[in-house]
Amino acid sequence: MAGKIKIDVERCKGCGLCIGVCPKKNLDFAKETNKKGLSVVKQITGECSGCTLCAIICPEAVIEVYRDEPPKNSKTTPKTDLVEEKR
Amino acid sequence: MKTVFSKTPTLKECSTHYCPGCGHGIAHRLLAEVIDELDIRDKTIGIAPVGCAVLAYEYLDIDMIEVAHGRAPAVATGMKRTNPDKVIFSYQGDGDLAAIGTAEIMHAAHRGERITVIFINNAIFGMTGGQMAPTTMLGQVTATSPEGRQADGTGYPMQISEMLSIMPGVCYVERCAISGIAAIRNTKRAIKHAVELQMTNQPGLSLVEILSPCPTYWRMKPANAMKWIEDEMVKVFPLGKIKDAAAKK
Repeated sequence: MAGKIKIDVERCKGCGLCIGVCPKKNLDFAKETNKKGLSVVKQITGECSGCTLCAIICPEAVIEVYRDEPPKNSKTTPKTDLVEEKR
Repeated sequence: MKTVFSKTPTLKECSTHYCPGCGHGIAHRLLAEVIDELDIRDKTIGIAPVGCAVLAYEYLDIDMIEVAHGRAPAVATGMKRTNPDKVIFSYQGDGDLAAIGTAEIMHAAHRGERITVIFINNAIFGMTGGQMAPTTMLGQVTATSPEGRQADGTGYPMQISEMLSIMPGVCYVERCAISGIAAIRNTKRAIKHAVELQMTNQPGLSLVEILSPCPTYWRMKPANAMKWIEDEMVKVFPLGKIKDAAAKK
């Protein structure tokens, strides 16, 4: 499943918390700054699964996350045997 | 593509005045998300503290007032008693709640006021320049304890949640942190539970303590500040549910 994020760079303060939590290592500090002169975060590889971890940790709530929906008539079912059941 | 995360409507579309990496932004968002999920935006009244979150009313699109330093539980008492159908919460920092406002929170808890308190603990006075707070940990360097806090002379870190949990007038106390994804999700659950207890008119005060980073006055990078909560702060302020009187036994 592919995802996409949108960062509102004008409200980003460049704390970098999202960089550490991205499992795809997609985020890093940009060399350029925003209008306030703050070093902001940008996407480097563009690879995104839409996991929303960056958005959950962002203190400024500047990240929006989108994700592809699985096709409705898809025959592939999620692999449930990978999840250990808790009793 | 489906939108899986966007800013919740209760959080206003503006930049906050907080330092980069400050935990207040995350706490505000969690609170706003809970308000929207429970659909109580029209009947929630919040109280902003004196401290870094003094302008919280600028960021949350609900009815909010600003009260004198530390007096939020006293004002919340009046608000809840005159408007019992409204959801009243106070949002207070450790300088507000644990220092100047200790009397107010203790007595509001002792009277069993049916309010919700969000207590942000960052172990320091952030707004005034990083001075030692009652919650500052032993050995922690601040502007007024340059050699680290010493128990001999300045005492020990104050554990408000444990103190309140022994009071019969308190129905729910939980200590959470916003030091990582799992912790943030857990904090949201705790805030939601505390608000729901008030909505179902459970007798007593509900309080959620949130360990929050202050990268500026801890003199750390934001990511290191998050790690410091997990490594050091939780040793003094252990996480978890301290009291839940309404839980099924």
